[in-house]
Amino acid sequence: MSSAPTEGFQRSGPAGRTGNVLEVRDLSVEYIMERGTVLAVDEVSFDLAPGEFIGIVGESGCGKSTLLFAIAQLLTPPAAITGGSVTFLGRNMVGLTDRELAAVRWKDLSVVMQSAMNALNPVKSIGSQFDDAMRAHGVTSKVQIAERSAEVLRMVGIDPIHLKSYPHQLSGGMRQRSMIAMAMLFTPDLVIMDEPTSALDVVAQRSLMVQIKELQEELGFAIIFVTHDMSLVSHFSDRLMVMYGGVVAEFGATRRVFDTPLHPYSVGLLEAFPSIRGPRVPLTGIPGSPPNLASIPPGCRFAPRCPKVMARCEVEPPPLYEVDGTLVRCFLHAGEERGND
Amino acid sequence: MATLQTPPGASEAGAGAGAAPGGTAPAAAGLPLAGGGSIGGARSLRRMGRAITANRKATVGTALLVLFIFVALFPGLIAHDDPQAQIYPRGLTPNAQHWLGTTSFGQDLFAQVIYGTRPVLLIAFGVGLLATVVAMLIGVAAAYLGGGWDGTLNVITDVLLVIPLFPLLIIIGSYLHGAGTAVMIAVIAATGWSYTARQLRAQALSLRNRDFLNAAKVRGERRLYVICVEIIPTMTSLLVAAFLTNALYAVLFSSSLQFIGLGDPNVTSWGTMLYWAENNEAFQTGLPLWIIVPGLCIVTLGAAFALLNYAFDEIGNPALRPVRSMRARTTRLAAVNTPVARRRPRVKRTD
Amino acid sequence: MRYVLRRLGFFALTLWVALTLNFALPRLMPGNPALAILSKFRGGVSPQAVKVLEAQFGVGTHQNLIAQYFSYLGNVARLRFGSSLTTQPGASVGRIVFDAIPWTLGLVGLTTVLAFILGTGIGIVSAWWRGGRMDSLLPPVFVIMTVIPYFWIGLVLILIFGVKLKVLPYFFSYNFSLTPGFNAAFIGNVAEHAILPAFTLLITTIGVWILTMRNTMITTLAEDYVRMARAKGLPSHRIMLDYAARNAILPNLTGFAMSLGFVVGGAILIEEVFNYQGVGYLLLQAVNNEDYPLMQALFLLITVAVLVAILISDIATAILDPRTRAAG
Repeated sequence: MSSAPTEGFQRSGPAGRTGNVLEVRDLSVEYIMERGTVLAVDEVSFDLAPGEFIGIVGESGCGKSTLLFAIAQLLTPPAAITGGSVTFLGRNMVGLTDRELAAVRWKDLSVVMQSAMNALNPVKSIGSQFDDAMRAHGVTSKVQIAERSAEVLRMVGIDPIHLKSYPHQLSGGMRQRSMIAMAMLFTPDLVIMDEPTSALDVVAQRSLMVQIKELQEELGFAIIFVTHDMSLVSHFSDRLMVMYGGVVAEFGATRRVFDTPLHPYSVGLLEAFPSIRGPRVPLTGIPGSPPNLASIPPGCRFAPRCPKVMARCEVEPPPLYEVDGTLVRCFLHAGEERGND
Repeated sequence: MATLQTPPGASEAGAGAGAAPGGTAPAAAGLPLAGGGSIGGARSLRRMGRAITANRKATVGTALLVLFIFVALFPGLIAHDDPQAQIYPRGLTPNAQHWLGTTSFGQDLFAQVIYGTRPVLLIAFGVGLLATVVAMLIGVAAAYLGGGWDGTLNVITDVLLVIPLFPLLIIIGSYLHGAGTAVMIAVIAATGWSYTARQLRAQALSLRNRDFLNAAKVRGERRLYVICVEIIPTMTSLLVAAFLTNALYAVLFSSSLQFIGLGDPNVTSWGTMLYWAENNEAFQTGLPLWIIVPGLCIVTLGAAFALLNYAFDEIGNPALRPVRSMRARTTRLAAVNTPVARRRPRVKRTD
Repeated sequence: MRYVLRRLGFFALTLWVALTLNFALPRLMPGNPALAILSKFRGGVSPQAVKVLEAQFGVGTHQNLIAQYFSYLGNVARLRFGSSLTTQPGASVGRIVFDAIPWTLGLVGLTTVLAFILGTGIGIVSAWWRGGRMDSLLPPVFVIMTVIPYFWIGLVLILIFGVKLKVLPYFFSYNFSLTPGFNAAFIGNVAEHAILPAFTLLITTIGVWILTMRNTMITTLAEDYVRMARAKGLPSHRIMLDYAARNAILPNLTGFAMSLGFVVGGAILIEEVFNYQGVGYLLLQAVNNEDYPLMQALFLLITVAVLVAILISDIATAILDPRTRAAG
């Protein structure tokens, strides 16, 4: 494993007054279509410190992937950011053009997608995809490019000879790891990952996670990791965000959220993953299905499925409350301090 | 299925159908497939109806088509002269009695155009139906029977796709010495089914493993039943698209053949009109309408079919629909920049 | 490699089918059409040519069907197509066809390639610049362009530029008072005569390329790897070309191959309308004169030309798409 990255590929470091890598404030995303708009992300806010690992979990359709792409400014029509700000290294990225964002992209912020088979250009070799990323950011020396490409591949345990290979010639795990290697090219401050392990088998999943964690500890970048598999991410993340219906349901230190979930939805999620070593308990799921985001019901979005629902829940939507450092959007914890909403 | 021009509105499904046997499997375009059986068929039709009224191209196409059908059915209501009668003064320019003037033979041009609609539509619908049925049988059989049958049928389809159809039609037409409408329908359909057969096979393939088919199999239904009652109704939208494609080809092909002189000279149709017009040097003798009007009719009818086909493509593949421009703060390349919509007034939540 | 071999095998098969069609069709038609013609012209045709024609059409021979078939195939292999019966009585079919080829190659070949390149380019750009009123207006325009009959638009252009404005010639491939030669005057004249037919072919065929390229491009732009290219901060033109267009063009190459047969049809009509003495014009003359040997030879030629073009596009696909090379 290499130590410090080679000259020219080191991290620029967080700028801005607060020292946070990322500050998301009231970010909202809507899908604007002919028959109406769908609110996919509703005023989500959070901060990310340097080197921090945040996991975002939730069911399909809860808006977590949309949130991710909105942060990275990679949405495509009909999705659009309709409010809020995304301050990355001190600069608000919302509304900037691709050309203005190019300087920051990949150098300070990189993306790892779910399926490498779809995310890698099928007609270009791995090496040439590394190459064009580097050239786009001013690295022109062929020697430098070759060295750095080989270096990042070795970091993820792939023989650099595969730079000549095409994506379809590699195995699924190798493809995924080469995508991660590509994300490491400029040792960014933040790496955004959208379910990078979902396409792999369980063993490969675990080894990939370990690899990611090792890279993070060595190179010091922050990670936002989106997944539907809560147990997978809970071993590696510092903080855990549970999303439901486009809003943050619970957000706090991973250990805290995992061991003592506060929101009934988080409780339900955890109970759906029985421990392999613990006592045998009957498997409980969460009855019902996620809300239709095209017509959001009044009140708490989880109310129709909540085992602890109260009358209040169906009328007014709960704000975020803070309980011992954990934010939770539930009236059960009303009376605690109001968190930032 | 060929006309002189490759089918417009050929979605990825069409263009992606490679000539290589077993090449890229085209994405099965078409309406969101409803689930199984005849219920699926009826539901698909209703959805189609709604989609047609919603899509502007589809409404224009349908309106034009209805107009043409009306003219074909009741030509006598619109034109009052016998199209074949060479009784009028020759080479007249448009006037009150002859809205489009007369031909070099003294026939009323307007009447010719109106009466000429029926043979064209007959051929269009005849070929459309016949070719689509053949394409469906072969395509679905290939997909469903699989294995050796699939391979053989595919090779036959591909060979027919590659052989230049228009020269072949010319040769056959020449051997047959200008046979009538029925023969023309048969010949065009017999040579042109291959294109749509490919598309139908692709969609049938993608349906093969759907759950509702497995459910039918488990129920113990026989293969033929499954094919007829479950698969085919689900493919309604693609079948309609295939019909439109084949009809379009038929119009363009048949008028081209007639233009060369291989059609039935006794039938008044737009293609034969053009044949006579060119042979009598309509342009040079100051009768441009003789050429312009029948040609425009062909274009309009073809456009009706093509617009409908394209609209169906859009309905089945929402990505192709016009992108609604969003009010954004800076200039956009809509395909690549992150859209930011104007901040809308949010309803403040009361806590 | 295996991929190319497989394609070659397919072409051999198609060629064989075309040959067999040529053999079978006249025999299937009510009353062998060649019979009448041959008996009329037997006198003016050389004995060798007669033998070839007999094998081709099965008249006046004593061989059975199978023997005729193999004689026919043998003749084709030796490029013996017999003599023209009526168009240029007695002249070798091979020679007549050979003389017409360069005209068609120049007009149709060049124009088709140009239409493909232009059409693809416009399709790429029109998919890239989406949004706004153009997006809903242009595609129907392109669609309508694809349904205009080749011959009709040719006639209209003749009316406008040839008859009314009298600026361009529209008859034959060059002015017959000039003697052919590689001099500026002649070449200029040829070019002048080629403008209208080429333009006609261009505007009727380009619509299809534009539409199909645009459609595949739009679908490709939604792919994850394009989003990834944006995420990497690559400049727009690089994303458009290297990531989107390079992938979008692949299905279009095969589409190009398939539609060649139809372009051929259009070329025939355009040559007819403009009296341009290429292969298509010759075919129609042969049809009008019931010159069957000439017709058959031309059909074979056209088929072979289409097959060759398809082979070229297949090779191009193999070069551009590493996955086909792997599949073999």
